[in-house]
Amino acid sequence: MKKSVLSAMVVVLLLGLSGYASFFIAPTDAKQGLIYRILFLHVASAWTGLTSFFICFIANLLYVLRRQPRWDWLGVSAGETGLVFTTVVLLTGPIWAHPVWGIWWTWDARLTSTFVLWLLYVSYLLLRTLVEEPDRRALLSALFGIFAFIDVPLVFGSIRWWRTQHPQPIIMGAPGAGLDPTMYKVLFFTWLAMLGLMTLLLRQRYRLEAMRGDLEIIQRELEAA
Amino acid sequence: MKNLNSVFAAYMIGWTVFFVYYISVSRRTMALREEIERLKNSLSRGK
Repeated sequence: MKKSVLSAMVVVLLLGLSGYASFFIAPTDAKQGLIYRILFLHVASAWTGLTSFFICFIANLLYVLRRQPRWDWLGVSAGETGLVFTTVVLLTGPIWAHPVWGIWWTWDARLTSTFVLWLLYVSYLLLRTLVEEPDRRALLSALFGIFAFIDVPLVFGSIRWWRTQHPQPIIMGAPGAGLDPTMYKVLFFTWLAMLGLMTLLLRQRYRLEAMRGDLEIIQRELEAA
Repeated sequence: MKNLNSVFAAYMIGWTVFFVYYISVSRRTMALREEIERLKNSLSRGK
């Protein structure tokens, strides 16, 4: 069996198990009831998105230092994958917020910084469509990607530094804050499954970007011929 | 089972986003592969 098929099957199995654990193993929250179960998708997607943006940041730094196309390919792939996970965060958050807060959205520090993060990475991808010359496009987007990553610590710190409508952190937060131990285990398992999904998507997206590199070489050869 | 619809909606939307993205990358990859093959053929014909 091909390695890629096997790894996809493992990820699907992990995602299935995490879905089962989210609904049937994690206990129901005493205050919020069933609605809190969105946490497992929402928080795990948020952590995975930030992990992907971190990979994008490292790839952008390496491109600026080494100017090798593979770092540009990894940067754009991780940026796009991170954007997908952050989109899920921004869509599932309001669905959870509405029954609990009575509002879909508020411009507090966490929600605003996350929305700005989403806009920054949309801009990062749009910027790439505006520059045709490959080396210039890679350098400009790498520099912009490094700048965009500045918002990630702001997202992380927003619920620690300011009073927000968004709940306080469930890890590395104030003393006494946190989750039931079983909820923690399910959350970390779901994050592991999401990291598996991120790796699959990232690998596929990287392959696409590498093929674009090949296409540009062939086009140049054709023009020269 | 209060808020069951909201939980269902959140999971459906989330998984739809991932699935649509996966399909989008697969389709872009397939289109690009065909384009590369086409260009390679025209390059070998030109030589």
